[in-house]
Amino acid sequence: MRQAFTFALNGLKRELRAGELLVLGVALIIAVGSITAISFLTDRIGKAVDRQATEVLAADLRLRSGRPLDAKTLSDAEALGITTASTMNFPSVVFAGEDSTLVNLKSVSEGYPLRGELRVSAELFGEVQVSDVVPVLGEAFAESALLARLGANVGDTIQVGKLELTVTRVLVYRPDQSAGFSGLAPTLLINIADIPNSGLIVEGSRVSYAQLFSGPETLVDDFTASLEESVPDGVRVENRAEAGSQLSGAIDRAGRFLSLASLVSLILAAVAVAMAARRYAERRLDTAALMKTFGASQQFVLRVSIIHLLAIGLIAGALGSAIGFVAERGLSALLSGWLRGDLPSPGWQPIVPGALTALVLLLGFALPSLLQLKKTPPLRVLRHDLAPPPPGIWLTYGAALLAMAALVWWAVRDALLLTIIIGGTLATALTLFFAGRALVALLSNLRRGVGVSWRYGLANVARRGGSSAIQVVAFGLGLMVLLLLTLVRNDLLAGWRSTIVEGAPNQFLINIQPGERDTVRDQFVDGGWDDVTFTPLVRGRITAVNGEAASRDPEERVSRTGRELNLTYSTTLDPSNQVVAGEFWSADYDGEPQVSVDQDVALEMGLALGDVLSFDFAGQPLNATVTSFRDIDWESFRPNFFMVLSAPGMDAFPQTYITSVFVPPEDKSVLVGVVRQHPGVSVIDIDAAVARVRSIIDKASLAVQYVFIFTLAAGLVVLFAAIQSTLDERRYESALLRTFGATRRTILLGILSEFSALGLLAGVCAAVGASVIGWYAARALFELQIGVNPVLIVAGIVAGVLMVGVSGTLAARSAADTPPVRTLRRF
Amino acid sequence: MESAIVQQPEAEIVLEASELTKTVDSADGDLTILSDVSFEAMRGETVAIVGASGAGKSTLLALLAGLDEPTSGRVVLDGVDFSSLDEDGRAVARAGRVGFVFQSFHLIPALTALENVMMPLELAGEKGARETATEILTEVGLAERLKHYPAQLSGGEKQRVAIARAFAARPSVLFADEPTGNLDTATGQKIEELLFDLNRNHATTLVLVTHDPLLAAKCQRRLSIDGGRLVADERS
Repeated sequence: MRQAFTFALNGLKRELRAGELLVLGVALIIAVGSITAISFLTDRIGKAVDRQATEVLAADLRLRSGRPLDAKTLSDAEALGITTASTMNFPSVVFAGEDSTLVNLKSVSEGYPLRGELRVSAELFGEVQVSDVVPVLGEAFAESALLARLGANVGDTIQVGKLELTVTRVLVYRPDQSAGFSGLAPTLLINIADIPNSGLIVEGSRVSYAQLFSGPETLVDDFTASLEESVPDGVRVENRAEAGSQLSGAIDRAGRFLSLASLVSLILAAVAVAMAARRYAERRLDTAALMKTFGASQQFVLRVSIIHLLAIGLIAGALGSAIGFVAERGLSALLSGWLRGDLPSPGWQPIVPGALTALVLLLGFALPSLLQLKKTPPLRVLRHDLAPPPPGIWLTYGAALLAMAALVWWAVRDALLLTIIIGGTLATALTLFFAGRALVALLSNLRRGVGVSWRYGLANVARRGGSSAIQVVAFGLGLMVLLLLTLVRNDLLAGWRSTIVEGAPNQFLINIQPGERDTVRDQFVDGGWDDVTFTPLVRGRITAVNGEAASRDPEERVSRTGRELNLTYSTTLDPSNQVVAGEFWSADYDGEPQVSVDQDVALEMGLALGDVLSFDFAGQPLNATVTSFRDIDWESFRPNFFMVLSAPGMDAFPQTYITSVFVPPEDKSVLVGVVRQHPGVSVIDIDAAVARVRSIIDKASLAVQYVFIFTLAAGLVVLFAAIQSTLDERRYESALLRTFGATRRTILLGILSEFSALGLLAGVCAAVGASVIGWYAARALFELQIGVNPVLIVAGIVAGVLMVGVSGTLAARSAADTPPVRTLRRF
Repeated sequence: MESAIVQQPEAEIVLEASELTKTVDSADGDLTILSDVSFEAMRGETVAIVGASGAGKSTLLALLAGLDEPTSGRVVLDGVDFSSLDEDGRAVARAGRVGFVFQSFHLIPALTALENVMMPLELAGEKGARETATEILTEVGLAERLKHYPAQLSGGEKQRVAIARAFAARPSVLFADEPTGNLDTATGQKIEELLFDLNRNHATTLVLVTHDPLLAAKCQRRLSIDGGRLVADERS
């Protein structure tokens, strides 16, 4: 083994020097470089997205309890270098002169929020600014709805308990504002130092205490781990993973977009590596035959090949990782102006996929070719036409398939996506192969009708039969993934963006009393709105499931029983809902009460169709049978409920109404009017939430565009590798042709016609393949509808002919340029 | 491996071919390209295999060197019976026992002259491959060309490198396939002299295939092949 090692390393050194490994090495370096860059970028963008998720907590870590929290936890964290803040939340009543209203009093310490930002304005519905500070002692930030309800304005004094506070700002947005709509009173933000003098905290006060922590990820993770052992009962530990919110769907999609985009480069790189390895192996046949003639055994030749592979993998892995790291830095610096805020620093982990990629690509795509070297007959030294038998189909394609599956799995970790990608790629490869064969057959007939150059070029395609078909496969696959990426970047992203349509509701009005419904509607209709629909909201508790008393344990996280819930009733299914099991009642249903449950809640509560839920609506019981489960599209920004009851009899219970409307910024005065006339109505501005989802989509599309650059580089290497693999043969042939009197132009035209013909077919197949995969992926994975894009088909054909035809001719033109005498002497 | 050793080198017979026959498949059925060839070669002897194109000379050379397997018959080289060995076994047997010189040189283009000569030594696991290779390249008159690549060498120089490579591992038998076929007369003569000098100095058995009657005449024995059969075995 040692001898093989020394021999292999000596040989490698020489071959590196001689440039024999250039194509394989460059293919690998670009593969590793692009994967590493993508991994680093995905890591950083993932972290940025993650950081947005932590906004929901206003921190990286939040401890929450109904009882005061141990101050020692804060000092412990600070000692570790973690930033901290404290908050207290409780409902209270605010007075302004004669008027009073219920508020959610939120008191915060300096530094709040630790993640996300506080947005305020100097006047009602005025220009929004980011506030770096929290209210000082004796001052408060009030939500517009609160001011409207009190008839107060900025600068006025309000009273809470014993405190007299001056409103200095309108509170527009705080990161941890509740995503749900339960018990929403407008928020009054004050300094936590005011609380001791407020006289508001008495025995039995419903206070929610929270401690916030933020800092470097590892530090916070370690701190969280240390807490989990010592945290007392009744304290909830919430971190990023727990910060489930309406963002989770968007984050999940962002991740999928990035994975899908990075896969494209992987597949291209794999194709390039396979081609380069094949050429490398072919060029090593003579050496292998000589080695065997001089006494090397098959095992020895094999060992040398494997050591070569590993060494190439190591070198390309290291170089590629370094290039990937630098490339990612450069790109994110270039694009830093586009991003809101800086991207967090990457971790070291993205190095691993790069290194593993090199290894897997070599094992799956290069090893089968090199394995054949050991079977080189030594007799080749006397009879140059002798070559090892081609690698078995199972070895070649089995290894490639396994390697690809491993790489795809690493990228997506999703069985469905894995199946689609592998299936799509294989189907395209097979289609391309048969199409390639068909083209070859077709060309035999065409040759009679064309000039000498074209006849030579087309004859080349036909004569190389299988090899032409393989090239069509390679070009076709390369083009397909490039087109697929374009599809992902444009159509799919556009489809996704359109799910958050312009004019999606941006204001929620809640606490509308039944008697106020018509006047609120009139105010909107007078303001120019067509109509406003109202959804009834009934508050109630689930007291039993199938007659078994429900737990009232407040610490039971997943339990929705026992707590007050917001429910609705309806005769029809909201368009943003889809029944996934059971059946929704008909519009004219008037039988026993039925309930339709959100599928995730049903899973959480362990509900099955046919279960009976017992409700308590302000002391009045009601039993309802679970008859359907729904999938709710929360990004529709329509009022949605985990539980929807059938309508008959429900109007007897105490209820309010909620509605959602789109209010353009210039028409916000209508909201002031509504709140002035109906002080009990609360307005929730969800423009901010929409903007957050939008920013995540923007970041995802930006990342996909990054990836596109690397994919393009990988595509070019594929082309280069494909042409390299036939260059020797081409040089020889063109030397012969020129010897017999062909001009350089004739040969170039021949090469052009050959690559154009290959490009045309590859383009058509790739366009069709990309359309089918894109369409299916959009439907199955992203729940989006996209049509077949005729531009894509045309683009595929044009790109195929141009990219393969022109680049192929350019890359292969050295075959026509080399003086024939030099070439012939070499052979 | 041990069982393959059937006789000791002191018998002076270094190469023994017994009833060698090679048949291949062809479009017209089996084609016999070598039929019932037997001969022995002594240590240090020079043997020329002559005959017209297609007579079976190269096939005989391939079988003698263990590069190919006979359909029947056997070859014993330096005490090793090739017929009992698989391809790997024959390769291992060749290491250090057999040298080759080809008509088209077969130098590895990526390697320098020195590295080309080092290759068989490295394969045989010999220590000091660089020194040995330098020494033998100096012996063939290429001390100034050690770091040149094949593309930078003339035809005669390339063949000198090939000869140095063939002799580097001190083989018992050196096979040469048309060693001067690609060279002009003057260069060819120098290469011939070099081959015979080394043959004498190293007591290597030289088996060469040639069209050239003058080169054949310089050998101690001439085996004439015609239609796959050994038709004459002349000694001078």
